[in-house]
Amino acid sequence: MEASTIIETVNLTKHYNRQTAVKDLSFKVNEGEVFGFLGPNGAGKTTTLLMLMGLSHPSGGSARVCGLDPLRKPIEVKRIAGYLPENVGFYGDLDAVQNLKYVASLNGIQTDKASEKIDELLDLVGLKQDARKKVGAFSRGMKQRLGFAEVLIKDPKLLFLDEPTIGLDPDGALRLMEFIKSLNRDRQITVLLSSHNLYQVQKISHRVGIMIHGEMVAEGTIESLAKEKFGVGQKEYSLEEIYMKYFQEV
Amino acid sequence: MQGLYAVFKKELCDHFSSYRFVILFALIAMVSFISSYMAGIHMKENLEALASTRFPFLMLFSSTGALFSMVQFVAFFGPLIGLVLAFDSINRERADGTLIKLISQPIYRDAVINGKFLAGVATITIMLIAIVLVISGLGLVIVGIVPGIEEIWRLFVYLIISIFYISFWLAVSILFSISFKSIATSALASIALWIFLSFFVSLGANVVADSIAPVDRQKEPNPEMIIKNIRIREMVSLCSPMVLYSEATQTIIDPMRKTTRSVVLMGPMEELLSSRFQNPLPLGQSILVIFPHMTALVALTLICFAISYVIFMVQEIRT
Ligand SMILES: Nc1ncnc2c1ncn2[C@@H]1O[C@H](COP(=O)(O)OP(=O)(O)O)[C@@H](O)[C@H]1O
Ligand SMILES: [Mg+2]
Repeated sequence: MEASTIIETVNLTKHYNRQTAVKDLSFKVNEGEVFGFLGPNGAGKTTTLLMLMGLSHPSGGSARVCGLDPLRKPIEVKRIAGYLPENVGFYGDLDAVQNLKYVASLNGIQTDKASEKIDELLDLVGLKQDARKKVGAFSRGMKQRLGFAEVLIKDPKLLFLDEPTIGLDPDGALRLMEFIKSLNRDRQITVLLSSHNLYQVQKISHRVGIMIHGEMVAEGTIESLAKEKFGVGQKEYSLEEIYMKYFQEV
Repeated sequence: MQGLYAVFKKELCDHFSSYRFVILFALIAMVSFISSYMAGIHMKENLEALASTRFPFLMLFSSTGALFSMVQFVAFFGPLIGLVLAFDSINRERADGTLIKLISQPIYRDAVINGKFLAGVATITIMLIAIVLVISGLGLVIVGIVPGIEEIWRLFVYLIISIFYISFWLAVSILFSISFKSIATSALASIALWIFLSFFVSLGANVVADSIAPVDRQKEPNPEMIIKNIRIREMVSLCSPMVLYSEATQTIIDPMRKTTRSVVLMGPMEELLSSRFQNPLPLGQSILVIFPHMTALVALTLICFAISYVIFMVQEIRT
């Protein structure tokens, strides 16, 4: 079954002064898949996600998200796509429910509908007990889960997750990845997942892209990348081996 | 619109539940209360003098009690309200990582800055109305005077000017909170600008005027030089929003011009002039006199806000 394209970029480029953060990036993400977006620090992953959300103006090239140009129609893109930044921030002196209510009101969700939704989402991310705690007192893992509740409040078709497992303990990271998998499976949300957690990305991604120095050096399923780099062999290569191979070549 | 309303509501709630607002409000309310109370007591002791004035009610606001009148106090410390309300409005959200979250919601980016500004203006408005009402109540209770129609109108105009005056400082602090990433820097910059514009411009005006058109007070004064000196001084001091505001409010609240204006601004000619006001200026005339001041204040506020708006709209926000 050939899935339809939900994200497409053509020669997307971003310069900061002299420095090039993203260079002629062209890639596609299919509807309904989990796309692992890999690359070392400073490779340009965050910049790419910001351009796809319409939060940063590309210096060149174009992007399409659900057929919309994020540069021209940022509001429409933001209505269907949720963005979870690398360091999610909250209003520390408000509790979890108040934080969620604010985001709901920004999304134009009616108050009575919002309360219902918030209850459901807090249950989903496992924060029901902490609903009335001030977010300032939350642990890293709790904040990350609250961040998920926030991006899910608008019922997104598409999620941009920027290194969601960073700073989490191994068990927390594993459970978060499983949670992302379940979102993709049960809610049919397309996920663009930037992460350094190669082992888990391999487990949940349908396809991956490797970005180094602003350029996408590889894109495809893990098997196809293994085939490309190591030739046809009996051994199953892990994503980590493939990634290191690409990394050494640049 | 829905984004603007959501931001506005949140910010307004934040203001009214924050300690800094409560402390500031308590301070300003207390000082205005005390100065008006003293003015009231003073008026009660001189009831026959009171009978001859046209606007006894306004004297509650304009007559200097122990140190300063309520009007003078707001001129000096009103800016602090504006500054304290918003000096960290944008850069705190940036530091906490909530700004990127805000703008990745389906709202126009200007909803954030407009909502914050309007919430600040609403807070200022509520605060000023509350203080004026409390003082009016005080006047009724202590002195037993009832405001006339014209006095109510004058207070209304006074409120409008004050709201714009404090909103100017609100816009300044929003501008600094956008321009400076560090909260401490924007706080310091706001305070520095406040001190500079409020205190040094009027002193600087004297220096500039005296150096361009020196007036020798020992010898026979040259009237042309004196006029030139005063003109220059007035021109320079009009750069200060505080001078604009004080002049405007004194004209409105104190139509007889009995109370002196800030001493540094009072030229010899003007002293002569103000004592000529035997009868109060009618309200329409008062407004006409202060129209340039009001326009300048509104323009300053709008320019300041427009600059912040433009910077905020083109700025790249990554956190
Ligand atoms: N505001 C900025 N000014 C200049 N350079 C920047 C700015 N933001 C990011 N960069 C540069 O862009 C490149 C890509 O950064 P980023 O997208 O954050 O990488 P990643 O998310 O993959 O770690 C980096 O080299 C970084 O130094
Ligand atoms: Mg990054």
